[in-house]
Amino acid sequence: MPQLICKDLSLGYGSQEIQHGLSFEVNSGDYLCIVGENGSGKTTLMKTVLGLQKPLSGTIEFSEGLSSRDIGYLPQQTDVQRDFPASVQEIVISGCLGRKGFSPFYNKDDKALAQRSMERMNILDLKKRCYRELSGGQQQRVLLARALCATQKILLLDEPVAGLDPKVTADMYELIDSLNKDDGVTIIMISHDVDKALRYASHILHIGNECFFGTKEEYRDFKDGAVKGEDDND
Amino acid sequence: MTDIFSTLAFYLQRSFVVNALIVGVLIALCSSLLGVTLVLKRYSFIGDGLSHVAFGAMAIAAVVGLTNNMPLVLAITVVCAILLLRIGKNAKIKGDAAIAMISVGSLAIGYLLMNLFSTSSNLSGDVCSTLFGSTSILTLSSFDVWMCVILSVIVVLFFVLFYNKIFSVTFDENFARATGQRASLYNLLIAIVIAVIIVVSMQLVGSLLISALVIFPALSAMRVFKSFKSVTICAAIVSVICALTGLLTSILAGTPVGSTIVAVDIVAFIIFSVIGKIKGGSKA
Repeated sequence: MPQLICKDLSLGYGSQEIQHGLSFEVNSGDYLCIVGENGSGKTTLMKTVLGLQKPLSGTIEFSEGLSSRDIGYLPQQTDVQRDFPASVQEIVISGCLGRKGFSPFYNKDDKALAQRSMERMNILDLKKRCYRELSGGQQQRVLLARALCATQKILLLDEPVAGLDPKVTADMYELIDSLNKDDGVTIIMISHDVDKALRYASHILHIGNECFFGTKEEYRDFKDGAVKGEDDND
Repeated sequence: MTDIFSTLAFYLQRSFVVNALIVGVLIALCSSLLGVTLVLKRYSFIGDGLSHVAFGAMAIAAVVGLTNNMPLVLAITVVCAILLLRIGKNAKIKGDAAIAMISVGSLAIGYLLMNLFSTSSNLSGDVCSTLFGSTSILTLSSFDVWMCVILSVIVVLFFVLFYNKIFSVTFDENFARATGQRASLYNLLIAIVIAVIIVVSMQLVGSLLISALVIFPALSAMRVFKSFKSVTICAAIVSVICALTGLLTSILAGTPVGSTIVAVDIVAFIIFSVIGKIKGGSKA
């Protein structure tokens, strides 16, 4: 049951093409890691899937009655957010807004959902704290809780462990893994760390000069092949 | 001391003073509400740019010979606000440069037009009062007062109804967009409301000092408070108190209204900074 099918995607800005011919699909419950060098277009791909920018060509289809409103997103942090005066509660509950259309205020269900998301992320005790005073790992949990308010189906994460120390990074990976395994949330994650990607993910999308999409077992073979190929060239 | 109060009581019986106080409080309230959003979105200068656009528009209205220039000024400023926010995202000329260009451009064109076509005998006085507000708040017509009341009610209603969405778009526009919120629409509405606020506040402090009215209360509140809601409420209260203090001071001491209010805002900012330092929580 594919949730997301991308066919022949070309990505880029204006006339500048970064990637072309990308095809992959994501099934419900998959854990897809997108890896590749800096500048290969990982974030651009994610923004295109999210509908923040148009693909130069190709199609993106959501199925199973999934719409853009069922997507949760954990963006890279921006400068604006680092000194934003907002409480954790305010940020988490703002994840509910996508579903609400024009209705102006939060209702009981929204508040309960925000409460549950904060519980799931173990940040209930930070509820009243100011976002900018939290540690990097705590901030990521807050944003993850907000993404959970937006959806329980599919989460797109853009380098969720960037700038975190090793201990917090490990916790974050465990948390995301448990969302995938225990709650059945589909995960699409951009990662720098290929080893961690191979450990947790079910599928790998490698973009760069050479593109690859498949299960992680297939990716291991692909990488071995690539290494062998390089050896042959020597 | 009793002297001051009796003078004050004397002035407060005058309808033009009461009008000025009503308009002053409303404008202070409106400008502070969106100030928080503007400061956080790094759009502090948009207020400055738009107020210069409004100055240019007023010059055009004066040249064309309109007796009531509010609708024309409002229309031009709203269009420019929309252009600036739209351009900000994807044009070759980036946000801050575009604002600087439009702002200086309309200031120059406005002054040029006034110079070439003005029939007034006291041109520099006219320009000065448009830029610094001078005493025009004490000469409001009842039409001005009603216009201001109506626009203020609209702004406050907009802010209350869209409060959560404004928060979301300000905090993280990409997330809002990705999860199906109509971020561009909200940005557009914010731009229009800012333009309305600026045109209305021109009467109070003049076009040069509007930014102060928009930015200072928000910055003061951000020194001390830590949630979006408390910052917003505090900014509104600070702004109203500063405007009232400034207005009454200027009436009693005969100082220019606009600059007195801004001076009070600056004092408030310093006080809040000190409180923030003492509490130790807020980062400078």
